Amino acid sequence: MENLVEIKDVSFAYGFRPVLKGINMAVPRGKVVSIMGLSGCGKTTLLRLIAGAIKPRKGEVRVGGRVINRMKREELYAERRKMGMLYQFGALFTDMTALENVAFQIREHTNLPEDMVLDLAMMKLNAVGLRGAHHMMPAELSGGMARRVALARAIALDPTLIMYDEPFTGLDPISLGVISNLLRRLNDVLGATSIVVTHDVQETLKIVDYVYFMADGAVVAQGTPDEIRESKTPFVHQFVWGEIDGPLPFHMPGGSYTKDLALEAARA
Amino acid sequence: MPERVVESLRGVGHKTVNGIWRLGYGSAFFLMTLLRSATSFRRFGLTIKEIYSAGVLSLIIIVVSGLFVGMVLGLQGYETLQKYGSSEAVGTLVALSLTRELGPVVAGLLFASRAGSAMTAEIGLMKATEQISAMEMMAVDPIARVIGPRFWGGVISMPLLAAIFSAVGVFGGYLITVVVIGVDSGAFWSQMQSAVDFRHDILNGIIKSVVFGVAVTAIALFEGYDAPPTAEGVSGATTRTVVTSSLAILGLDFVLTAFMFRGI
Repeated sequence: MENLVEIKDVSFAYGFRPVLKGINMAVPRGKVVSIMGLSGCGKTTLLRLIAGAIKPRKGEVRVGGRVINRMKREELYAERRKMGMLYQFGALFTDMTALENVAFQIREHTNLPEDMVLDLAMMKLNAVGLRGAHHMMPAELSGGMARRVALARAIALDPTLIMYDEPFTGLDPISLGVISNLLRRLNDVLGATSIVVTHDVQETLKIVDYVYFMADGAVVAQGTPDEIRESKTPFVHQFVWGEIDGPLPFHMPGGSYTKDLALEAARA
Repeated sequence: MPERVVESLRGVGHKTVNGIWRLGYGSAFFLMTLLRSATSFRRFGLTIKEIYSAGVLSLIIIVVSGLFVGMVLGLQGYETLQKYGSSEAVGTLVALSLTRELGPVVAGLLFASRAGSAMTAEIGLMKATEQISAMEMMAVDPIARVIGPRFWGGVISMPLLAAIFSAVGVFGGYLITVVVIGVDSGAFWSQMQSAVDFRHDILNGIIKSVVFGVAVTAIALFEGYDAPPTAEGVSGATTRTVVTSSLAILGLDFVLTAFMFRGI
């Protein structure tokens, strides 16, 4: 199967702090692929690399066969028109209504008449079930609703690649179910390809086709949801089943406990 | 001891390098804003919206301050001039003080604290809540779409605000000296008319206010764009906007005055 996104031997560092160390990854066209791992393991950095917001120190990122990290600004912007991104907390424009937020991208990139722009935006809002909230400002929307409006905005121009950065964070169980359901359904209906960065294991394993596990800037495991659930790799097992102790200890390594409590000084 | 010296030297070096880096980044940002200004004029509605935010919403503070400054100038001027028997010249004093100096400078300082701080906070929060990143992800250039219209909105608003400040100030001076104290109205206006020169006084005042508008708006937008995406970062950037742009106004005022009114 043809890959829409290919990441080859990519390394990245913020200053002197290495974040990604020789990552290799492939996202087949039409599939929903998840990148999982602990907070700070480099998942969001990977999304930013795919979007071309940052450039790798080593290696290359290909989207649709074209190397993203060597593109000029105009080429990159042209490529981004085929991408949609859902941010962790929506990142809706706070001075616009829900409808205006969805219409924003359509208005910026097309010369369609105003009433057609609004009709298209309304159809996208309808697809996420929030046509009735079209007049509401972002501050009036609940967390789950804001995420759905942001999803409608992300798919406004029918992208071929949709990226989700922690789409389930801070949602109640009903909103979480709605978002994960939408994520899968929209991918299939639009014929898009999706990359979901998350650490919400159980919800994600229900809807994705393939999973990459990251730890400390490297891919440590990969497979289908069933393979991941049955994985014997200690880190993956601990992560999937939410075990308190394992390769990642409950206690962060530190100095002497009695010294930290100043007991040694008191004894002396 | 040597370690402490090395440490403090390293601190000085770090701050110097950081300062130079920010200056370079700020200049590049300013240049980029100018180069990508086409959107601000092609879609002038965006700029009009910002003229409303930066200009129209600053009107109350400008009008009230202008009135009080004019009234104080009238009182102080009359107090001094009457000792020399030339209290009719108070109109000239009020008008020249306002058009040459106080109009552009005080309006600039008020503009920095009212509109400049609001711009920094808005852009800083847009960055902190990932709205700027989202816009870039949608292939919309935030410099052209967000920064440009705000910059031109500020630059257009500032001279208008300074002109309104001066006009209201002159009216304040008239109220106190003519209506309240009883200075002759004809002398007040005619002396003002003969002493105030359009090119030397009014035009130079307008040039000053345009320069202040460019400085304040550019500083406010850069501070917002460069603010660390945290509550603390945005509040620090807002404070820096008010302090830096106030100092810039006073420094630029001296330089411009030295060039404009030398030998007059």
